[in-house]
Amino acid sequence: MAQKRVLEGSEAVALAVKACRPHVISAYPISPQTHIVEALARMKADGEIESEYVRVESEFSAASVVSGASAAGSRAYTASASQGLLLMTEVLYASVGMRLPFVLTGVNRSISAPITIQVDQQDTVSLRDSGVIQFYVESCQEAYDVHLAAFKVAEDPDILLPVMVCMDGWILTHSYETVSFLEQEAVDRFVPPFNPPNRLDPKDPKTWGSYAEENVLTEFKFAIHDALQKGKDKIREVFAELARITGRDYGGLIEAYRTQGADIVLVAMGSVCGTVKEAVDVLREEGRKVGLVKIRCYRPFPYEDIWSAVRESKVLAVLDANISLGSEGAVGMDLKAKLCGIRNGPIVCDWISGLGGREVNIDTIRRIVGECERVRECGQDISELKWAGLNPALLP
Amino acid sequence: METQAINRRDNLFVSGHRACHGCGMAIAVRHILKATGQDVIVVTPTGCLETFSSPYGYSPWLVPWIHHLFENGPAVASGVAAALKAQGRESCRVVVIGGDGSTFDIGFGSLSGMLERGDDVLYICVDNGAYMNTGGQRSGASPTYSSTTTDPAGAASFGKRQLKKNLPEIVAAHGIPYVATASVAYLKDLQKKVKKAMEYRGPRYIQIDTPCPSVWGFGSDRALEIGRLGVRCGLVPLIEIENGQLKRVRKITDPLPVEDYLKAQKRFRHLFSMPEGGGVVAEIQKQADGNIAKYGLLKRTVDGNAETPP
Repeated sequence: MAQKRVLEGSEAVALAVKACRPHVISAYPISPQTHIVEALARMKADGEIESEYVRVESEFSAASVVSGASAAGSRAYTASASQGLLLMTEVLYASVGMRLPFVLTGVNRSISAPITIQVDQQDTVSLRDSGVIQFYVESCQEAYDVHLAAFKVAEDPDILLPVMVCMDGWILTHSYETVSFLEQEAVDRFVPPFNPPNRLDPKDPKTWGSYAEENVLTEFKFAIHDALQKGKDKIREVFAELARITGRDYGGLIEAYRTQGADIVLVAMGSVCGTVKEAVDVLREEGRKVGLVKIRCYRPFPYEDIWSAVRESKVLAVLDANISLGSEGAVGMDLKAKLCGIRNGPIVCDWISGLGGREVNIDTIRRIVGECERVRECGQDISELKWAGLNPALLP
Repeated sequence: METQAINRRDNLFVSGHRACHGCGMAIAVRHILKATGQDVIVVTPTGCLETFSSPYGYSPWLVPWIHHLFENGPAVASGVAAALKAQGRESCRVVVIGGDGSTFDIGFGSLSGMLERGDDVLYICVDNGAYMNTGGQRSGASPTYSSTTTDPAGAASFGKRQLKKNLPEIVAAHGIPYVATASVAYLKDLQKKVKKAMEYRGPRYIQIDTPCPSVWGFGSDRALEIGRLGVRCGLVPLIEIENGQLKRVRKITDPLPVEDYLKAQKRFRHLFSMPEGGGVVAEIQKQADGNIAKYGLLKRTVDGNAETPP
């Protein structure tokens, strides 16, 4: 029987990691990731986990330790946030290139400067081009569930890539929720021991991380991209299998919420989706045709799934808790890239929102939908980027 | 396959790699692996060794070998060691072989972290005193008054003004069981030190002087000879520090003047053509004399216990 407990999101993640029995855990502390790695350290100190716990001097080394452990054939886990994820960036690119699977929790927090410990998704979105698979979760329960799936996806012999589970700092890591857990036997069946096709082994010596040039580099990149694209089916399968075991189905790569007959579809990732669902319910009560696409898997980008959910819509209102400074929000750009040229496709309204922990509440959504209704009738200027809740009084 | 099998018994780093003619580092690596044996996993940070030994599709490595990044060799090695422990494969040992750029400079934090944690890794720095892979730029290991491409000698400069970072002592200050310096000029001594390091568990460090014909500027048949001059003048002291105590040194009889070492290399040539060069050479001589005094390198003819430092 599954157990239920009221606990903090960080503790739920630690319990999921524990259940997956990683050989090696390595981490460097950073707010708001600390409660996860502290919980795992307590488990180690109490003898509840057998993992080797490597306490490193930087996030750069944390990512490097799990990369080395993965190459040696061990399941490995790390977690970080914000500046720590940026410091890991070079390591993550290299581990993708070398097809070293491990799982990391990307606890979302804004990037300096100005320095802040508050939430937005600039950190993990900045890693979107690395080839690391990115899942975004809405609740502590989903954080628990998706961490189980993450190991299975990362270690799939056709994928073999790092997987990052992105969860909003504080809002999820430090909030309490009733979370339901699987029995250990069920997790063991779902996530069997890591058995990679290659590992560092003197009995079968191989050379890893070679120097390459134009002769093969394109093919390396193609192979990773191809694994990500084909991996979408595998990810759908893994999520479906998990849904059967847990009885909790969040959808596949996306969750489409009341998108049937919706003119305006909000598109969002992470904990804000809970707020948006509530706003959608309120606005639907008022007779306004709105829905939500929650992106659960951001990389690989699930454009087929999104398109099938929004093809009847007129406007997509994207909540981007990030910005590519000098251009637009990342999710908005991804959608425009795929929708460009589709006859009578929806207009994409990109809203930079929720930066540095700025609240996005039902009123915010109501204003965004109101503006999108105007765009639906009048169209929008191509150069227009929308900022939710921008305070002109604070501008220079 | 048969050739490989035969090779593997006595040579784990075979020919065909792309090192420069007469490369001291390639010689060092072959002899390191003779001493470790084949039950090892080698981690190599970015640098000369990585580049010349791993053109995609070819490999001289007959042991499992991994290159990941420039500044994370020690951390990758820690991860490998942790995995081996978790898998109960601890008979297999982890050896890092990295250059001075990754060891002294960009990977120094990672190295210090690995040493402080006490991870079971033998770290070997093959030191050629600059970033040779990219043409000889200044590193923290470049010797004083050497000319490098980013700190060149010129009308207003003698080259690098600072000391070579004393990494063996910094490493030893972490309280690790074994620290040694070695030179390709003394291959038996080098192998003996590697073998001794392999007897310990925990972090160990060996720094090997590996003369580079291409950038130091000497004939490709002279790497061992140049290495020997460095040792015999006192600029490259060969020492062993066990559990924080200086235990053994390689003694020098009749130390050579540093000129003999400096004059043999283009990277110091400016010292002998610039008007003030004589004073600078005297300064370098003081460094050598300082090493001889500090580590007790001088062989005393009347002392029967010459192999033990005072």
